Amino acid sequence: MASLTELANPTRFMRYSAVLLPWFAGAALVLLALGFYLAWFVAPADYQQGETIRIMFVHVPAAWLALMFYTMMAVSALGTLVWRHPLADVAQKAAAPIGAAFSLICLITGAFWGKPMWGTYWVWDARLTSVLVLFLIYLGIIALWRTLDEPSRAGRAVAILTLVGFVNVPIIKFSVDWWNTLHQPASVFRMGGPTIDASMLQPLLILAVGFTLLALALHLVAMRAEIMRRRVRTLTIFEAERLDRLAAQGAAA
Amino acid sequence: MHESCAASLFGLRNNVLTLRHTSFPSLALTAETVTCRRGGRLVFEGLSFSLGNGEAIALTGRNGAGKSSLIAMICGRLLPAEGSLRIDGAGDVPLPELIHLVGHRDGLKTALSAGENLAFAQGLLGEAAASPEEALTAVGLAHVAALPVGYLSAGQRRRVALARLLVSRRPLWLLDEPASALDASAQQMLIGLMQAHLVQGGAIIAATHGPLGLDGARELRIGL
Amino acid sequence: MRRAFFAILRRDLALATRAGGGGELALVFFLTLVVLVPFALGPDLNLLSRIGPAILWLGALLATLIGLDRLFQGDEEDGSLDLIRASVLPLELAVLAKGLAHWLTTGLPLALCAPLLGLLVALPAEAMLPVAATLLAGTPALSFIGATGAALTASLKRGGLIVPVLVAPLTVPVLIFGVSASNSALGGTIPFLTPFLILCALSLAAIVIGTIAAAAALRQAD
Repeated sequence: MASLTELANPTRFMRYSAVLLPWFAGAALVLLALGFYLAWFVAPADYQQGETIRIMFVHVPAAWLALMFYTMMAVSALGTLVWRHPLADVAQKAAAPIGAAFSLICLITGAFWGKPMWGTYWVWDARLTSVLVLFLIYLGIIALWRTLDEPSRAGRAVAILTLVGFVNVPIIKFSVDWWNTLHQPASVFRMGGPTIDASMLQPLLILAVGFTLLALALHLVAMRAEIMRRRVRTLTIFEAERLDRLAAQGAAA
Repeated sequence: MHESCAASLFGLRNNVLTLRHTSFPSLALTAETVTCRRGGRLVFEGLSFSLGNGEAIALTGRNGAGKSSLIAMICGRLLPAEGSLRIDGAGDVPLPELIHLVGHRDGLKTALSAGENLAFAQGLLGEAAASPEEALTAVGLAHVAALPVGYLSAGQRRRVALARLLVSRRPLWLLDEPASALDASAQQMLIGLMQAHLVQGGAIIAATHGPLGLDGARELRIGL
Repeated sequence: MRRAFFAILRRDLALATRAGGGGELALVFFLTLVVLVPFALGPDLNLLSRIGPAILWLGALLATLIGLDRLFQGDEEDGSLDLIRASVLPLELAVLAKGLAHWLTTGLPLALCAPLLGLLVALPAEAMLPVAATLLAGTPALSFIGATGAALTASLKRGGLIVPVLVAPLTVPVLIFGVSASNSALGGTIPFLTPFLILCALSLAAIVIGTIAAAAALRQAD
């Protein structure tokens, strides 16, 4: 049964996050606006890929965030299992849909980028395929959250799954690369690396920071919503029991 | 409070319903030398009883004596190995459509709210009587109508299951350990509901470990 | 009686959409299966696009069958099945309502998402509509053939893989005609309509037979 002491630490989080949230959101907005302006109007088109190179400005940050959020979830999972921090499973639960959304964005932009490059929306390219597998792992984690109703039990179960997934991600990446090189030459994508021009690198970095701040702001909002949801749940159960006791006393009197 | 609540609700429903049914039509459930076997094992044999309007039977017996098996038989889920069970006076309505079962499992979906569970039961069982809200009020749970049943305690779930008896109108109540998980005041409430049902000409068979507390209930002890 | 039918339908739809209902799990499983195939076969798009309809059909079939053991088990465990047995609705119609709800939350989304997943296996654009149409017409057969298996295992404490094992052989005709109708869009001598109409007939027959058989199985449970 949930207890009121459980709410103590999250209360402090609610206070701090309320202060931080507008700053994160504001900074994200400014950086994204600046980054998109540079990416759209200032950065030149690629001499090989033409205008489609601009998809990169969304695609690469999305890929980065998909990985970053999974890492955050793994750290939170340690927090749940090892340090038993009361906010860890909240952070983890809130991160899963955001990470899944960014990996989906990465996949969709990858498909749009692939269409003019390969003439088809999807190629089993090593990098894209790894992100697709990561997306599936995200979906599994979300499914487990939705299946288990009681937050603390679900938190531990999901933490175990997340850590198993985390250990597996490099193995999956390695296997997919190996599988891919068996069948076709290396990836068409040339992300990052020394060949990228400064005029492209600058907006890319700005956008990467902007998207990261946006994602963190979304994460704070999702964590706050999850804390509220748990409070509502706890309070409704308390209220139902309290009204029950009142009714029982009334009957006894 | 539960008792008076339930009684007054029933009084109200009765007045409203007088126009449609004064009380239940006369029915008689008769069991003649019924023998029950499960998995080749003899559970009980030669059981005979009859039950008419306004009568109640408290089924007693040790664990495994066949209380739940008899209830399953009356539901039509289990066939007697010998003997017969029949209902007279119902015309061509089959026995399962005359009974209201609250089994040892509550028959509730934990993901749905108490109100939704009762609305489902009402749609399923037909013969709408009290609305889900009225029924929950009668068992003292009006305040949990919108809560998912998964949030409720075992006793509260039991009361929601009992509220099902009120949302649609059926003459024969079959209750398997109805008082399990209920506290003293909720047991009083249950007795009130059963008395109101008997007054209307309904009949009750309740399997029970302890005393049922219902005046005028016959005890039927089964088992070898 | 109509009220009871819709009560079951509405409740099952609500349960599937609520948290933990698992309505969307079949979709994720479908996606997973489609993703696994190229890892086994290699990422050769020509090969994948040739066998694309077969991959999608196999994926949809397995995704439908894997979750089917819960169709009646949940109701049996919590006692709801006793309520359904005591309802004014004939058990056949109750099974029909549950099968319909299962199809609406499993087969229908699978069929609608199939063209999207077709992108992963480089399914040619002209084959997308036929694949979706055959899945739309064929998945009811899977739900209702599966309902029989689910009813037979309703009272088992653990169903698990037994339902797919029981049911998969019975779905062979559906698979044959579903894939062959989808393939006809990729060229070949068979016109699309011939296997497609047989597929429709299989679905209609499965709805009738599956419903009656499942109701009979539920009646004699215990």
